[in-house]
Amino acid sequence: MARMTMIEAVRSAMDVAMGRDEDVVVFGEDVGYFGGVFRCTQGLQAKYGKTRCFDTPINESGIVGTAIGMAAYGLKPCVEIQFADYMYPAYDQLTQEAARIRYRSNGDFTCPIVVRMPTGGGIFGGQTHSQSPEALFTHVCGLKVVVPSNPYDAKGLLIAAIEDPDPVMFLEPKRLYNGPFDGHHERPVTPWSKHELSDVPDDYYSIPIGKAEVRRQGSAVTVIAYGTMVHVALAAAEDTGIDAEVIDLRSLLPLDLDAIVKSVSKTGRCVVVHEATLTSGFGGEIAALVQEHCFYHLEAPVMRVAGWDTPYPHAQEWDYFPGPARVGRALTDVMEA
Amino acid sequence: MVDTGHLSLHVPEPAVRPGGQPDFSNVKIARAGAVPRPDVDAAAEDIRDLAYSIIRVLNRDGEAVGPWAGLLSDDDLRTGLRHMMTLRAFDARMLMAQRQGKTSFYMQHLGEEAVSCAFRKALNKGDMNFPTYRQAGLFIADDYPMVEMMNQIYSNESDPLRGRQLPIMYSSKDHGFFTISGNLATQYVQAVGWAMASAIKNDSRIAAAWIGDGSTAESDFHSALVFASTYRAPVILNVVNNQWAISTFQGIARGGSGTFAARGLGFGIPALRVDGNDYLAVHAVACWAAERARRNLGPTLIEYVTYRVGAHSTSDDPSAYRPKTESEAWPLGDPVLRLKKHLILRGLWSEERHVQAEAEITDEVIAAQRKAEEHGTMHAGGRPSVRDIFEGVYAEMPPHLRRQRQKAGY
Repeated sequence: MARMTMIEAVRSAMDVAMGRDEDVVVFGEDVGYFGGVFRCTQGLQAKYGKTRCFDTPINESGIVGTAIGMAAYGLKPCVEIQFADYMYPAYDQLTQEAARIRYRSNGDFTCPIVVRMPTGGGIFGGQTHSQSPEALFTHVCGLKVVVPSNPYDAKGLLIAAIEDPDPVMFLEPKRLYNGPFDGHHERPVTPWSKHELSDVPDDYYSIPIGKAEVRRQGSAVTVIAYGTMVHVALAAAEDTGIDAEVIDLRSLLPLDLDAIVKSVSKTGRCVVVHEATLTSGFGGEIAALVQEHCFYHLEAPVMRVAGWDTPYPHAQEWDYFPGPARVGRALTDVMEA
Repeated sequence: MVDTGHLSLHVPEPAVRPGGQPDFSNVKIARAGAVPRPDVDAAAEDIRDLAYSIIRVLNRDGEAVGPWAGLLSDDDLRTGLRHMMTLRAFDARMLMAQRQGKTSFYMQHLGEEAVSCAFRKALNKGDMNFPTYRQAGLFIADDYPMVEMMNQIYSNESDPLRGRQLPIMYSSKDHGFFTISGNLATQYVQAVGWAMASAIKNDSRIAAAWIGDGSTAESDFHSALVFASTYRAPVILNVVNNQWAISTFQGIARGGSGTFAARGLGFGIPALRVDGNDYLAVHAVACWAAERARRNLGPTLIEYVTYRVGAHSTSDDPSAYRPKTESEAWPLGDPVLRLKKHLILRGLWSEERHVQAEAEITDEVIAAQRKAEEHGTMHAGGRPSVRDIFEGVYAEMPPHLRRQRQKAGY
């Protein structure tokens, strides 16, 4: 057991997976010699050789396209897209190829790939280094979508993703790489070492994809979140004193609907939060499911807190980011409704 | 300041449109046997000429000449002819089946039979093709059962793909045939990835990528070339230039580049241009590229110069965009007739045997068709289950799909 940051946990997952299975290969832009711009693959090339961890041309459709071919051969590629904002050139390969190869070939060929990508804002990355495109993946039949919120989950879920027989989009909230950011950007950064979920086993373990986790028990309202927003939701509950139950989805697809229904049926109120833009965001899907499955338990309309429907601005980052104040307001509103 | 005048946009046009006289005077054709055969370890820059010429083996008289000749036995040649004739007969029956409403869609190979039939013979068991929709010769020449192809085309109860794919978008790992997408060019870079995997595992198997002239304009084509070049992947990068991308002539995708083969040169990839209607030339060039790949010398780009005699698919009418008689003017002839002529010249074949073979092949195709139709056609008889809609999206069906399947009544 060691204290790990999310970067170290992600790296440890790939290290363990590569050590256990020679078919696991890791590649992407700056991923090999240098170890990635966020250093998630540092040391892997030195340890496993440059045919198992290597640099690629700056070509996302090529990274994902070759990964698909390697998976068809029988390898288990775990590739990195340097920022989620750069995945669009690969979107065709992901949506029309990776997602459908099992289906269209009736299992003759499969596509066990993992596509890791740093996601979300909070580092003054502007509109091309801050996006949260998870809903563009959850809308695609055949992909799985995972968003961890802490080092322990990041390692266990990434190992599960690498072992999964189908393509998994693995979105790593980059603002969480070095600490459990709760949206209070004006306060000093808390390191992961002070958080219990940075206690990460050095060895192999995996966490099943599709299971949510309750991060805070509560009775007044259910807050459904994932990634960075889990920590923001916890801060909002703290700041407002509202007894919120905070659910960390961890996996958006498959979705742990049972966990959602169980909690909302108990609290009768629901706020969905995500950093991605509001309109057609994943929060809309959750809100629909909640009203379908919990309508007669609801005491108030389901509310959403999300990024504004604009590109992610640079200078106004903290006015854009749905921080604890905005989530707190929604909690207050839903309690008064 | 120099007055350079106003700008104007250049939009390429084919030499002739419907109503005009077919004209292929712009297609420069090397004499059969004239193009040298370099060693397989030749550097791309030393064989640049091969990207601009046309490698040919069969001459006008039906003789096999020059340094690329002599690879195939008498039996190989007769088998090759039979494969091309089978593909042609198969196409004819399936086109008719589509017109009879037994399937929704079909794509034929008329005029292009040599490319996939001859290429298959350069590969070994275990090699992997990433085909487009016009390489069914890879199946025919590997003795894949025609009845299975028809089951797929009919989307019937025995369709190996359970009714999920458009007709002719086959898949068979056992026969080295990657699932056809229907999306264009995506498979090209996947083939490079498969080949990289084979190299990573120190295997001996190689990959073959396929694309048409029009789709070389897609960014995935360029992605494939840069990855193949960087990692020297053991892959054969095939470009089938059949002159037409639906209604768009090849000049729109080719732009200012002299040939499609020449695209490889900028990536340092050896590039060959070959007579795609010459079974012997296609086979010889494919063997050259396969040997290069197997000896870890890296990728080869091959442009097959051919002509799409038929429509793009059952959904278009070529007389709307090109002269009706254009195929008759195509200077590289018909691949079946050219190989037939060669075999007759060599005393290995005769008109009588040809007529007899045609009848036998037609019988085989009809027998397969009857067998397939026992399992249903698109709109009659046995069909895949509605359950098959929901299966196979994931290895394990997630809860939301189980709920939807139940809602559908299955």
